[in-house]
Amino acid sequence: MTSLPTPGAVRLGLVIDLDICVGCHACAVNCKEWNTGGIAGPLTDYRPYEAEPDGVWFNRVHSYEVGDGPAGQTVHFPRSCLHCDNAECVTVCPTGASLKRVEDGIVLINEDICIGCKLCSWACPYGAREFDEDVGVMRKCTLCVDRIYDEARPEAERVPACVSTCPASARHFGDLGDPDSDVSRMVAERDGMALMPELGYRPTNRYLPPRAKGGGCSSPAASPALEPVMPEGTGFLGWLDRLLSA
Amino acid sequence: MHPAFSVILFTVASGIGYGMLMLLALFLPAGLVPTDRLFGAVALGLALAFIGGGLMSSTAHLGRPERAWRAFSQWRSSWLSREGVLAMLSLLAVALLALVWPILAAPVPCIDATVAIAGLLSAATVAATAMIYRSLKPIARWHNGWTVPCYLAISLASGGLWLGFVGAAIGDTDPLPHPVVPVLILVAAIVKALYWRHTDGHKPTTTIGTATGLGALGQVRPLDPPHTAANYIMKEMGFRIARKHAAKLRRIAGGLGVLAPLLLTLAGWVVPPLGPPAALLAAPVATLGVLVERWLFFAEAKHVAMLYYKADAA
Repeated sequence: MTSLPTPGAVRLGLVIDLDICVGCHACAVNCKEWNTGGIAGPLTDYRPYEAEPDGVWFNRVHSYEVGDGPAGQTVHFPRSCLHCDNAECVTVCPTGASLKRVEDGIVLINEDICIGCKLCSWACPYGAREFDEDVGVMRKCTLCVDRIYDEARPEAERVPACVSTCPASARHFGDLGDPDSDVSRMVAERDGMALMPELGYRPTNRYLPPRAKGGGCSSPAASPALEPVMPEGTGFLGWLDRLLSA
Repeated sequence: MHPAFSVILFTVASGIGYGMLMLLALFLPAGLVPTDRLFGAVALGLALAFIGGGLMSSTAHLGRPERAWRAFSQWRSSWLSREGVLAMLSLLAVALLALVWPILAAPVPCIDATVAIAGLLSAATVAATAMIYRSLKPIARWHNGWTVPCYLAISLASGGLWLGFVGAAIGDTDPLPHPVVPVLILVAAIVKALYWRHTDGHKPTTTIGTATGLGALGQVRPLDPPHTAANYIMKEMGFRIARKHAAKLRRIAGGLGVLAPLLLTLAGWVVPPLGPPAALLAAPVATLGVLVERWLFFAEAKHVAMLYYKADAA
């Protein structure tokens, strides 16, 4: 049923720290790697060895310039499904293939009954859904539902592939419905942001804004000169230096 | 938005068929359109062809058309599903109308009741089609109060022109009372002009700043895209070809869809022998105009997801 459930207590999602993300794309690559063989796979590639390679990805990393002058900065911005509470990608689905789980709030696609009408991708303001032209169905982030509940894995590994691989620890996974969870505390401390709040989709995922950079960058001329590492004018190297400087 | 030809054809063709039925429902019980079986057979046959052809064309848009029957299940939440259910019900009502009117020539109250039901279901189907677009918040050009009136008004005007086509084809004179078709065309033109006025003046509240949450830190400019070649989102939501010709295409839509049928209809009134050929020409010419209008409806629509790729994209 594509009517949205009353939100449950558990709301699993991601918290992405834009202050830390270095834009390495490892999360996107590991997402692709895990999910092409997972329950949502294969993540089809079109013309992978040609000039214009394209394909289905659940996670895309953008880079932006923000602000001007000394206050300007580069911000890397991973974009994936935000597992919204008011997920209109679910309500527009005519077949019931698009669904939001009551037990943890994860938004999934049952690709066995998806007719590939693409309406859900039109309803998503975040561009999180990508159509698979080969299979003829819509695809999207599963929050690695086939990893996070896998009891064969050590507990520390039961996180989405993007979180497990982030070399900078910019990505965090947890229950945003629990105000005492680590992720909820992080959001509270850092004023975690919801994207496009004005549209009313009430996304679960939060982004932590870049921290204020004190004072901007100083000009090189104002920096004190470095002390020479080796006292000048002594020993063989000093003699060589004097010889070559002459 | 990418203008998929199958969807353009579907909305235009089914709009014509349903418009014919809405007008029959309004004018048949009052005896203001021909009640003879020949007119009924040709009018309903053509309406059925437009609706059926349109519905078949719409399945060409699907990735898995063989599963299309599943789309009838989620009418509680999905306008696409509601449209599917209503389209099937109205198709059934049209078939029933064909049975009681041209085939059996049943008593008049029976025909009147059936045509009323078919007309109501037709109006509901066209409104549901428009609601699919009207309900999408990420696309401001669709998510506004003018989308549904546009679909209904254009459907009625095209239906009127094609009823005139049927009348001319079987040798009747104008089957609808004289001022009806020009009035419907003018109403459609005014409603569409108001749609364009409203959507052109729309000030977006969603910007690259709210899309990234970074707006408070200053101006946000895309630096590096996430991928080197265009992906699904950019191809589906970022269609741009028609936009630079939008003004010209609007004039073409207005000329073919409004001016040409109005002039042809007037010519038929002034010089009666010109009536039938003018009616036979007016309907297809106007439909070309509506196809251009529908193309623009998709091509001019911008989706907020494109903001992630281009700051002024939505």
